[in-house]
Formats: sequence, structure tokens, C-alpha cells
Amino acid sequence: MKDVITLKDIAVSFDGETILDGLDLSIHDGEFVTLLGPSGCGKTTTLRIIGGFITPDRGDVFFGDQRVNNVPPHKRQVNTIFQRYALFPHLNVYENVAFGMRVQKKKKAEIAETVEKMLALVNLKGFEKRAVSTLSGGQQQRVAIARALANNPKVLLLDEPLAALDLKLRKDMQVELKNIQKSLGITFVYVTHDQEEALSMSDTVVVMDGGRIQQIGTPTDIYNEPQNAFVADFIGESNILDGVMREDYKVEFFGKEFRCVDFGFEKDEPVDVVVRPEDIDIVEPEKGDLIGRVTNITFKGVHYEIIVDVKGFKWMIQTTDFHAVDSVIGIMIDPQEIQVMKKSEYSGLYGDYSSFSEEFDGLADPEAENGAAQ
Amino acid sequence: MKTLSRIYNVIIFGLLYFPIIMVIVFSFNSARYTPMEWKDFSLQWYEKLFQNEEILNALSVTLQVALISTLAATVIGTLAAIGIHAMNRKLRRVMLTINNFPMVNPEVVSGVAFMLLFVALAAVLPVFKPGFFTLCIAHVTFCTPYVVLQIMPKLRQTDGRLYEAALDLGCTPLQAFFKVTIPEILPGILTGALMAFTMSLDDFAISYFTAGSSAQTLSVTIYSMVKRPVTPEIYALSTLLFGTVFVLLLLANIGQVRDISRRSKRARR
Repeated sequence: MKDVITLKDIAVSFDGETILDGLDLSIHDGEFVTLLGPSGCGKTTTLRIIGGFITPDRGDVFFGDQRVNNVPPHKRQVNTIFQRYALFPHLNVYENVAFGMRVQKKKKAEIAETVEKMLALVNLKGFEKRAVSTLSGGQQQRVAIARALANNPKVLLLDEPLAALDLKLRKDMQVELKNIQKSLGITFVYVTHDQEEALSMSDTVVVMDGGRIQQIGTPTDIYNEPQNAFVADFIGESNILDGVMREDYKVEFFGKEFRCVDFGFEKDEPVDVVVRPEDIDIVEPEKGDLIGRVTNITFKGVHYEIIVDVKGFKWMIQTTDFHAVDSVIGIMIDPQEIQVMKKSEYSGLYGDYSSFSEEFDGLADPEAENGAAQ
Repeated sequence: MKTLSRIYNVIIFGLLYFPIIMVIVFSFNSARYTPMEWKDFSLQWYEKLFQNEEILNALSVTLQVALISTLAATVIGTLAAIGIHAMNRKLRRVMLTINNFPMVNPEVVSGVAFMLLFVALAAVLPVFKPGFFTLCIAHVTFCTPYVVLQIMPKLRQTDGRLYEAALDLGCTPLQAFFKVTIPEILPGILTGALMAFTMSLDDFAISYFTAGSSAQTLSVTIYSMVKRPVTPEIYALSTLLFGTVFVLLLLANIGQVRDISRRSKRARR
């Protein structure tokens, strides 16, 4: 596939603080790419570099084969949807959408036709004469989308476009954005800190932290085969254990050897082992590979979330069966549910649920975090 | 307590406005000389006023100076405000202090300073001989800070991303400035211009020192008239001046109130 945007060895720092550190990224034509990471990871900076609002200290930006480092924003064939929409308050909905075309001195009839088409696309027919200040957040978001798309961009950049919307609306807009992207065939570069949003919308997810790319892959790759402890922890819930790779397809942890599907490690190489909470089977204690004691159970609706103490390490397991606190259970793990990762700077930082308690759970809930951030 | 506060208010506002009301009332009095006593309602002083060559001349100078200095101060002030807004916090504070200083500096001091400057410059460049031109320069100088002060808060309220959004949609920086930045801060620019106009009309001290004999403003003319026996013509003139400034300030305030209510409406959404 053709690359529309290529970033090569990009580095940026502000006031001596490194924001991006040797970033390489290729974005294919027609792809929905999401830059995912915690705040301060450099995802918005990456987007602003593509938009032309930041010139990197080092490295090159290519649109196709053309180096565009010094091309100002207004000459780039990309359009941005800004975090707080940045609609022009002195213009009505029609004029906001028509803004880009008026700058390009398009014919009146053409402008009218495109505005109508765009407003239909985002379900805002009949809102032409409304002042943007009278619109709800979701409607303003739609105007911002229509305004950006009216310029017929090759690539649309979206900077946390749904962050200011409430949960229900956000879910609807996710579907709608995805549909728009599919029907227009435009490349989307989407920035978010919401992992669920990233997994459900993207063709490719780029996980970032500390100004560097941690992993690039499809949503299933990222979820099922995280490459380091950061990715494993940031995307979904993970039990991350210290292990040793005894030989190909054999990994040891908790003093016990497990069969796995990973290979290509050194003999006896120390590794991080990831097991997802929903991939663990609970059996009779005597039949389990490991034995543990339940220390906490939380009802989550579709399943229970239980914390199990195995030789001092707290596992999180999701199960549809109730297990009383202090009951002793056996744990069984299928070989394909074990993901072995190389040791990284993130090893040992994540993946143990020792600090887990019910009141803590409220804080770790992404919804609650979003609410607090706004 | 309530009565007390009412009495207090009446005294304060009485002190503030009674003299002006007296002037207005007696500008319509047909009697000529003080001590003031009311005879008949008459517009004769207004008629006389508009036949007085000296005053009409001064009025025309005043209006010209006010228009020119308002225009120049508004342009300079707008650009200055945008520049100051783009600075980092520390530098911005320094610049705003520098900006505010001329407003609190005693006008007489400013006036003397201008006079010295112009006299020194005139020795080299004859244009700076006190007259219409120097008057304009002085007025532009003391009006500009008011414009800056009116526009700064508007810039703070404006979303910085709007300018970027305009660039993103294909505007050159200059287009983005005129299509987005200016409309956003327009209410501030207009109140700033009104303030500048009022200040220019209002000024006496600085004009007195910078006008020279060739171009006198109304206030300077009135001052020189007062040295002779006071005629009610001056009351009539004062009434007109007061009325003009009052209307201008009222307009500026209405503009601000409208803008605030629009902003709060927008914020509620």
C-alpha cells in the first residue's frame, strides 16, 4: 500500500523537555490510524507536526515523496479537527463549513452544493443559519467534521475529537466517524487516550509513551500480542509476571513450567509474561497448574472480577462464576493464552494487582478518570 | 440604615453631578451675568456659540485631531495588544506596566515632556514645530494605551486554536488575522476606539502644552476664554461637550454589556 505520510526520526523538545524522541511512522493511504497513549506521551505533538503547526527539531516529514518540513499549514493537504472544535463563533453553521472553500475562492454554486452535502453527511440538515454558540457539544463536533471534510483533504487529523462528549454520544460518534471514514476512503489520523476507542475504530493502533512508539499493530495484535509491559498494561487489564524462557515453547514462572506458543528467545532468558484476566480458567484446586486464595470479588455485570493471591502475587481473573473470599481455587492457563515479552524499561512497573481494592477500582475506571479530567 | 445609605448616595451623586447640571441649566438662561439667577429659557447662547469663529475653529481642530488620533491609536493599539498577547507571561507583564504608565502619569508632566521633545526636534525638523501635527502625535500617544487595555481581555477570551483552524483551512497568516482574529476581538477594538476618541476630546493639559498658537483645541480655547469675563456661551459649549462625551461613554458601555451577555450565553451552552 502507498504511504501518504512518513515521519522519519522525528525529535522535538520544548524548553529543554523532550517531547518526541526518534519517532518513525508510516501512514498508509485510506487507513484509520490511531495514536494512543497517556497524556504527555507526544501523540498530539505528532499530530501537530503533520498539520504543520510544529516544526520538528530533527527528522523529516514526507507527504508522499515530498518533504514538507518547511511547508506552512495552509499549504498542506490535510485538515484538522481540533480538541475543542475551534469553530468560528462569529460565523453561522453554513459559513463555518464554507470557510475553507471561500478562502480558495470557489464558485458560489459549488460552495452551496458542498456545504449541503457535508451537512447531510453529518446529519445537520436545516442547521445552516444557526449560530454555532446555540449548538450542543455533539452538534458542534459535527460542524467541525463537516468544515474539515468540505476542504476535501487527503488526510484528516483528529485531536481527541470526542473527549468533550458524554459516554453515550461518544459511542454513537465513534460509529459515525468510522462510517464516514469508510465511505469517503480518506486517511484518518486519530489521537486519543481512550484505549477502547482506539481498539474499536482503528485499522492500525500506534501505542506511544515517553515520546516514543511502543508498538504499532492492528487492534487484535496490540491486545493479544503486546510487545512490552507498558502496552500490556495500557491496553486492557493484564497480569504481568516475571518468567524465564527455558527453551522454545516453554516458559517458567512461579517455579512451574508452562507450555506456550512463543519462540526465538535465548535459552534461560528472563522475560515478562502476560496473561489476560479473561483467559484464565478456574478449576478444582487439585487440578490447577497454580493454587491461590481469593482475596476480593467485585460484580461487574457481565462477569465477576476476582483477585487471587498466588504465592504473594495478586492475579486478576474475570469469571462468570461466584467465588467467595478466602476460598481456595486452582488456576489453569492454555498455552495460546500466554504471551511472552522481552524485558523492557517498563518491566516490574505494572501487572500486579496488590494495590487493588474496591475503592481503588473507582479511580482506575477510565470513565471516572475522563470525568475528573474535564 | 437604609435611609442613611440613601442620603449618602444623594450627597455623593449630588456633588458629582450638581455642578454639571447647573452649567446645563444656565446654558439655557437668557440672563447674561453672574450672580446666577434664572430669567427665561433661551437658546441665544447656543446661537452665539455657533457664530463664534474662534470656537468653531477650535471645534473643527478638536474633531480632526480626535478622528486622526483615534484611527492611528486604534491601529497601533490593536497590533500592540496582539504582539503583547503573544509574549511570554513575564515579558507581557512588563509590557503592560509600560503601557499603563502613561495613563497614571500626571498629564501636566506628560504635556511638559511632549513640549520639550517637540521643541528639541523642531530645531532639527521643522515639522515638529508645535501645531496640528504635534497635537496629533501627542494625542495618538496618550490614546493608544487605552486601546491596548480594551483589547487585551478580548484576546485572552479568544480560543488560540481559532487562528490555527483558519490556517488549517487554507488561510495565509494575514488572511487568518483578518478573517478570524479581527472579528473575534472587534468589540474590544470598537470600545477601544470610542475610549480613544473620548480621551482625545477630553484632553486639556497635554493639548495645552503641545498645540502651539496655530491649532487650538476646544478645551484650550475655553481656558483662554475664561480669562476674560465668563459668558454663558461657555456654558453652552460645556453642555455640548459633556453631552457628546456622555453619549460616547454610554455607547461604549452598552457595547460591553451586550458583549458580556453574549459571552455568558455562549458559555452556558
